[in-house]
Amino acid sequence: MSETTNTVDPVLQVKDLRLHYFTSKGAVKALDGVSFDLMPGEALGLVGESGCGKTTTGVALLNMPSPPGRIVGGSIIIDGIEIVGMSERDLRRTVRWSKISMVFQGAMNCLTPVYTIRKLMVETWKEHAPDASFNAAAIEERMLKYTRRMGLPDHVLGRYPHELSGGMKQRVVIAMALFLEPRLIIMDEPTTALDVIVQAQILNLIKELKRDLKLSYIFITHDLATEAEVADRIMVMYAGKMAELGMSEQIFATPEAPAAPLATSGSQAGHGSPEPLTSAAGHGSPATKQSRGPLHPYTQKLLASTPLLRKKVSELAFIPGSPPDLIAPPPGCRFAPRCPFARSKCNETEPPVVEIEPRHLVACWKAMEDPAYAVS
Amino acid sequence: MQSPESTSVGLRTPIALELKNLRKEFHVHRGKTIIKAVDGISFSLKRGEILGLVGESGCGKTTTGKLVMRLLKPSSGSILVDGEDTTAESANSKESDFAYRRRVQMIFQDPYASMNPHFKIRDVLEEPLLIHRVGETKEERTEMISAVMGKVKMTPVEEYLDRHPHMLSGGQRQRIATARTLILRPEIIVADEPVSMIDLSTRAEILQLMKTIQQEMELSFIYITHDISTARYFTDRIAVMYLGRIVEIGTQDEVIDDPKHPYTKALIQAVCEPVSGRVGLMRELDIKGEIPSAANIPSGCRFHPRCPYATKDCAEQAEPELMDVGGGHQHACRRWKEI
Ligand SMILES: Nc1ncnc2c1ncn2[C@@H]1O[C@H](COP(=O)(O)OP(=O)(O)OP(=O)(O)O)[C@@H](O)[C@H]1O
Ligand SMILES: Nc1ncnc2c1ncn2[C@@H]1O[C@H](COP(=O)(O)OP(=O)(O)OP(=O)(O)O)[C@@H](O)[C@H]1O
Ligand code: SF4
Ligand code: SF4
Ligand SMILES: [Mg+2]
Ligand SMILES: [Mg+2]
Repeated sequence: MSETTNTVDPVLQVKDLRLHYFTSKGAVKALDGVSFDLMPGEALGLVGESGCGKTTTGVALLNMPSPPGRIVGGSIIIDGIEIVGMSERDLRRTVRWSKISMVFQGAMNCLTPVYTIRKLMVETWKEHAPDASFNAAAIEERMLKYTRRMGLPDHVLGRYPHELSGGMKQRVVIAMALFLEPRLIIMDEPTTALDVIVQAQILNLIKELKRDLKLSYIFITHDLATEAEVADRIMVMYAGKMAELGMSEQIFATPEAPAAPLATSGSQAGHGSPEPLTSAAGHGSPATKQSRGPLHPYTQKLLASTPLLRKKVSELAFIPGSPPDLIAPPPGCRFAPRCPFARSKCNETEPPVVEIEPRHLVACWKAMEDPAYAVS
Repeated sequence: MQSPESTSVGLRTPIALELKNLRKEFHVHRGKTIIKAVDGISFSLKRGEILGLVGESGCGKTTTGKLVMRLLKPSSGSILVDGEDTTAESANSKESDFAYRRRVQMIFQDPYASMNPHFKIRDVLEEPLLIHRVGETKEERTEMISAVMGKVKMTPVEEYLDRHPHMLSGGQRQRIATARTLILRPEIIVADEPVSMIDLSTRAEILQLMKTIQQEMELSFIYITHDISTARYFTDRIAVMYLGRIVEIGTQDEVIDDPKHPYTKALIQAVCEPVSGRVGLMRELDIKGEIPSAANIPSGCRFHPRCPYATKDCAEQAEPELMDVGGGHQHACRRWKEI
């Protein structure tokens, strides 16, 4: 299966991306060498604790660092075009919103209060669409197409932000990220502030976008449970680095409920989305053995600290300590100061990112050496 | 229930708190609109028990908490603490408010907003002692501060005492907020979304800590949240609220494993869970739309416009009262046997 789809080009290729914030105390290495790619119609979840660099990664992909941040290295190729080093004008006119857009963290609470939704959307259009394309009727049609898609009644276009509920505002912000028809959208904590029912409704809409429009998206949240709903693959970040990247089925596999054999993981019954496409070239041999679940100690801890509704626990696990100072991060593994498995090697040398089983990348000495994790 | 003698100092009833048919209306637009934020709720909280109050945004959880805290005056109904009617005319004075605040404390969602940014942590914790004239000398108060900081695991104490709130992480601020509510040794705590602004791992740590302290100090606890998953871990009983009413109440096992009310079922159905095999599944949600406005409560069963099981009767007949299915597990759905 994967052989036939390998000819499709990724929508996004990120290599060794670095974004640092140059503060008076020193450079905050908030994003420090992260690589991944994304195929058309694929959903990537980005998770990690507060401050691990999720939002920084999102804005870096738009080449839109917030001051005093700067991309200090790496490459971002969107639809075959390198955007690192591109001029601000070109980014605005040819990349942002038309190729890649973002639903910013907390955006639903930052909508300009004096504008109607229609006016807000028209302004977004003017800012990002090619100069010649202004046609009021066409824009109106496009706005309606996407607000309807998000399950909103037509009259919201005439409403002011304060007249809408939180759930409706969040749908509006997503519609605004969609209506210039990018191939890729980044959503930063789009449902964190909403309650469960509204959250579930919006997650369903997001999954429909992927299914019906073949949209790719990156879904950022600190909540692994939400990722289980929306992501094909999951990248776990810690202190500006990738700790682990794997198929959702791999990350959520447990000894009691192992993941399905990977060769078929995309086509299980009831999966509403198209077959996930193979991410990078070079995964020739489809694995037949079962995945062992999350391999990085940080991912394992994050999962253990997620309360489960349908499973009663008397204690929740948590990760003692806090993430390191990103101005002077630990020299070896950045998780070492909090890792129960840390050994001297961990404190001295940074673990490389290694593909431990097909399509499952981990940066951890233990995961690499542990015979239980060895791939045959 | 008959109130015992209010003068029986030290004699504690097994019921720490009781709400009886409590209502709160807000009159807005110069009285033209009446918002029924809390519309007749009754429940009791046993001593040493944790009750979860769950439901969608706008269902009246915070208003209930504020009523219990006496930050709002009920429109009708009563609140009994230790059997004593605190809403009675006689209890309506500055002094009784003052005494009440010592016994009933609230933890807010945003610990940052609830702390004076110019205060050091030392001042934040000393303030309630000074207000309530607890601790004769500075040394005595410092000792109490150290003890409570030890309880919330903010040690070594000296490292934090002189910091300002902004110099703490979100989790540390919530621990200080918790310490501040504990320092007066209250009997009842109302915690309104105490961990929803905190990220996952820290959230687990804070909940774990609150539970340990609650058991040690035998606190009675109301835990307000829209996150039914943390309620499962944290509470003994759960009350599900919808549009100002309790629609189901029972032990957490009863409510989560054997829900009777369609709204409770919907809440449970909406929860995401990281379980292999469920990944990426599109879930059919039984309920559509959003919670209606509390200014315009639907007729009959107030859930009927969104209920997948609603019949004509549900819209037209009188609203069902809570009914017991055994052992205190109660719900307010007339069709519970059929669904
Ligand atoms: N404009 C800025 N100037 C300086 N430092 C910043 C800036 N923005 C972010 N940082 C720092 O960079 C690191 C990563 O921040 P980022 O906002 O990307 O984290 P996050 O994973 O999105 O966290 P959260 O879950 O809290 O949103 C943090 O240490 C943060 O303090
Ligand atoms: N001071 C007030 N004046 C007018 N209406 C109010 C006031 N306080 C609350 N309300 C209304 O009362 C209802 C219940 O609000 P409340 O804050 O208690 O809900 P909640 O369950 O705590 O919601 P959330 O989960 O969003 O915190 C809402 O419709 C709200 O708009
Ligand atoms: S490399 Fe070492 S310290 Fe880092 S996560 Fe693995 S075992 Fe822990
Ligand atoms: S009484 Fe009727 S409308 Fe109300 S919850 Fe039950 S079935 Fe639904
Ligand atoms: Mg962020
Ligand atoms: Mg509230």
